[in-house]
Amino acid sequence: MSAETIATIWAFLIATAVFLYVVMDGFDLGIGILFPWMQDREDRDIAVNTVAPVWDGNETWLILGGGGLFAVFPLAYATILPALYMPLIVMLLALVFRGVAFEMRFRAESDSQRRFWDWSFSGGSIAAAFTQGIALGALVQGIQVEDRAYAGGWWDWLTAYSLFTGVALVAGYGLLGASWLVWKTEGGLQERARDLARVLGLVTLLFIAAVSAIMPFLLPEFRARWFSFPTILLALPVPVLLVLLAVRFFRALEPTPAREAEAARAPDPRLPPEAPPRPTGRVIWHDSVPFFCALGFFLLSYVGLGISMWPLIVPPEITIWDAAAPASTQLFLLVGAAVLLPIILAYTGYVYWIFRGKVRAGEGYH
Amino acid sequence: MLWDAFPSALDLARFQFAFTVTFHFIFPAFTIGLASYLAVLEGLWLWTKREVYLDVFRFWLKIFAVAFAMGVVSGIVMSYQFGTNWSVFADRTAPVLGPLLGYEVLTAFFLEAGFLGVMLFGLGRVGKGLHFTATCLVAIGTLISGFWILSANSWMHTPAGYSIAPDGRFMPEDWWAIVFNPSFPLRFLHTITGAYLTTAMIIGAVAAWHLLRERLRAGMAVPAERLNERAKVMFSMAMWMAAAVAPVQAVFGDLQGLLAFRYQPQKVAAMEGHWETQRGAPLILFGFPDMEREETRMAVSIPRLGSLILTHEWDGEVRGLKAFPPEQRPTNVPLVFWSFRIMVAMGVLMIALGLISLWLRWKGRLYTTPWFLRFAIAMGPSGLIAVTFGWITTEAGRQPYTVYNLLTTAESVSPIAAPAVATSLAMFIVVYFVVFGAGTWYLFRLFGKTPAAHESDIAAEEPIRTAGITPAPQVARRGASGPGRHTVEQRG
Ligand code: HDD
Ligand code: HEM
Ligand code: HEM
Repeated sequence: MSAETIATIWAFLIATAVFLYVVMDGFDLGIGILFPWMQDREDRDIAVNTVAPVWDGNETWLILGGGGLFAVFPLAYATILPALYMPLIVMLLALVFRGVAFEMRFRAESDSQRRFWDWSFSGGSIAAAFTQGIALGALVQGIQVEDRAYAGGWWDWLTAYSLFTGVALVAGYGLLGASWLVWKTEGGLQERARDLARVLGLVTLLFIAAVSAIMPFLLPEFRARWFSFPTILLALPVPVLLVLLAVRFFRALEPTPAREAEAARAPDPRLPPEAPPRPTGRVIWHDSVPFFCALGFFLLSYVGLGISMWPLIVPPEITIWDAAAPASTQLFLLVGAAVLLPIILAYTGYVYWIFRGKVRAGEGYH
Repeated sequence: MLWDAFPSALDLARFQFAFTVTFHFIFPAFTIGLASYLAVLEGLWLWTKREVYLDVFRFWLKIFAVAFAMGVVSGIVMSYQFGTNWSVFADRTAPVLGPLLGYEVLTAFFLEAGFLGVMLFGLGRVGKGLHFTATCLVAIGTLISGFWILSANSWMHTPAGYSIAPDGRFMPEDWWAIVFNPSFPLRFLHTITGAYLTTAMIIGAVAAWHLLRERLRAGMAVPAERLNERAKVMFSMAMWMAAAVAPVQAVFGDLQGLLAFRYQPQKVAAMEGHWETQRGAPLILFGFPDMEREETRMAVSIPRLGSLILTHEWDGEVRGLKAFPPEQRPTNVPLVFWSFRIMVAMGVLMIALGLISLWLRWKGRLYTTPWFLRFAIAMGPSGLIAVTFGWITTEAGRQPYTVYNLLTTAESVSPIAAPAVATSLAMFIVVYFVVFGAGTWYLFRLFGKTPAAHESDIAAEEPIRTAGITPAPQVARRGASGPGRHTVEQRG
């Protein structure tokens, strides 16, 4: 394999890791983003419990994104990170707050402590999403590099566009969180999650439209990509698919069909009699559709971003091949990644499977 | 002018790195040992079917959950700091170090994070065998994590298997030589046993506190048989660990010192407080290294022992700091000198603790000797102190280089203005003290709860109850779960 091929494979792998991070941590950050609209304590506990067993695994994709960049595209790592110094530090600290809050919320010994940890869970989630959005916006706007080093100042990332993408990502993660809750919860909380998902779905789609409309005008390279002949064929399906998905998304947010709900009411001998009946597999399936549509929104936007950027990794100049580590470094890690990534995906899937189904409030702890 | 007194961006970045990594390592030093301990407890429970092991397991599992969360979030910070604050270092060394950190994520972090959820919330949801597997995988994950990160760190001390490209980047030539660089195997052993000792000291102190409290309450007359069974099991296991491993740790440490003497003589000279090169060098026990006057003042020393330890000869030659030009000497000699002594003092105390425990155990008074229980309580933080100062010795002794003799710390730093680093540093300090301070406080609350028979499951306190297609056992068990979290419990 030539060095170029390996670097190309790695670009896809890192892009995949970042995407997996965005959607997986996206929905669990989304839970925190939605906290202000979930005042009820039991709702909050259920919502947090839907992600408690998996959030750490979700966040590990962020470490793979960062660590992978360090290993295989060091020049990108060594220029993007200093350029985005402040947003990244704030993001890391925000993740500190929300990460520990998972445990601390349940250890709180008074209402004021509990409020503090709820606040840090929610504030941390919102700040993390916002700064990630800023980082994305600042990156596509371009980073000034001279002599293999960042050559700008420590406020260069702050632009109207990056703030805009910051807000957009908060809305997008909120949407992922809301549709995740539609899938994983029932009753009143699910109803509220549906309402939130409807609003956030609309807001997110508007943001996607706006961000995409501005994007081609940020750099001539992007414009050339979108409005030149062969690529436009590649690019055109993206918006079309997005519209189709949006239709499916809003239809799936209709309440569970009555017939299904009826079936769900069949008594279950394994449950104590006072417990509400357990939903059937088909109900859960129906409830999961909005979440997968929301994933689709993210995937299409991401593909659109990829079409604009390829093969740049640090706009406006550095390509993946400029940034690549020597072939022997890339190969050494690729051998392991080829074996390990499928295994990781398999056991991650298995863990999700263990914790499948709807989450209910427990007794014995109110 | 005031502005001149403002520390440089380099100093701030160094301080920030030292601060965040020291904070980070406190948690893994505890959780590496605790994860293995939990795996052993669960194994013992499955094997002997004795309820007491499950109770102790559940007691420490809640503590593990809190400590692990703090380790994870402070670790994520570390993996980004190479880029944010040490971008030149990152660019130069990534071809060599990148894959090591990449493998750490792929082989360790995913494993830990993936199975952590099963370990914490799965008891009762998955079968016992699978749960035990999850616990073991988390424990193995922590060891693998230590393997890769220590390999990377050791390479910075004893670089091997590389070449240097014209643009100054380190290029990999031989991966085996890189991963198993000269100082790695011993550093790995010494650090992991250090983590095990750290955990043993904390467990021993918590158990001793409960034993002592029980005896104080009952007027000192309780016979050993009637003391809290769980606390005794913990205490006994912790003291076995101290007795068996503390002496081994001293041997590993000695070997590591010899290795450093070979590869990093300046560092060892600073650790020992030697300025002059001499044959038959003394071992300086205490003294005040003075960098201005280039001597160690008021030294209390044992003649010739220094040479004997380092060269295994009575009059072996030991090079002093003056044998190196000032710009190649550690930048803070007293720090290296004192940190080293603090670590060794802790090691000596641990050995003493282990030996006394053997004696008392033989006499049948292990659980009932108040002064010994007090000693064990006082030793609670000794492991954390030892690992922290051990690292400070190692890392401050490596200065002024990041990659020994090849890349200086001053060259490694990111082109970021001092005010930016000052801002981030201030934020780190505030956030870490608030968040980890609160976390530590909760840890102490958990330490202080009496380890009860039928210790409640973590899931009874933090219900993850799925009502989906699976017949979730927790749902069926509703109402039967243990005492609620908000029930007022007796506290000491
Ligand atoms: C519980 C923890 C603990 C204890 C009791 C000791 N150490 Fe240690 N020591 C560490 C934990 C540690 C560490 C955290 O694991 C370090 C820091 C970096 C490293 O490689 O290991 C370390 C470093 C370290 C170094 C520096 C090696 C280098 O820079 O390459 C030396 C020479 C020793 N140790 C020697 C000792 C001796 C002679 C001890 C005897 C009593 C001892 N240590 C007890
Ligand atoms: C976890 C335990 C560790 C502790 C407590 C620790 C502590 C320290 C301290 C105190 C310094 C500052 C020395 C000085 O400036 O005088 C330092 C520097 C440094 N350490 Fe470590 N270290 C640890 C592990 C590591 C590891 C595993 C790596 C890399 C793989 C690493 C990389 C560095 C680097 C790049 C510096 C240079 C920056 C600086 O001088 O501050 N450290 N560390
Ligand atoms: C400066 C160097 C270091 C970096 C960049 C670093 C990075 C990280 C990261 C990103 C995590 C979170 C992983 C997760 O999400 O599960 C982590 C946790 C961990 N680190 Fe570090 N680390 C450093 C130093 C060390 C050292 C020296 C050791 C061991 C000897 C160590 C052992 C661990 C372990 C066992 C965990 C998982 C357990 C826990 O989170 O408490 N780390 N580290």
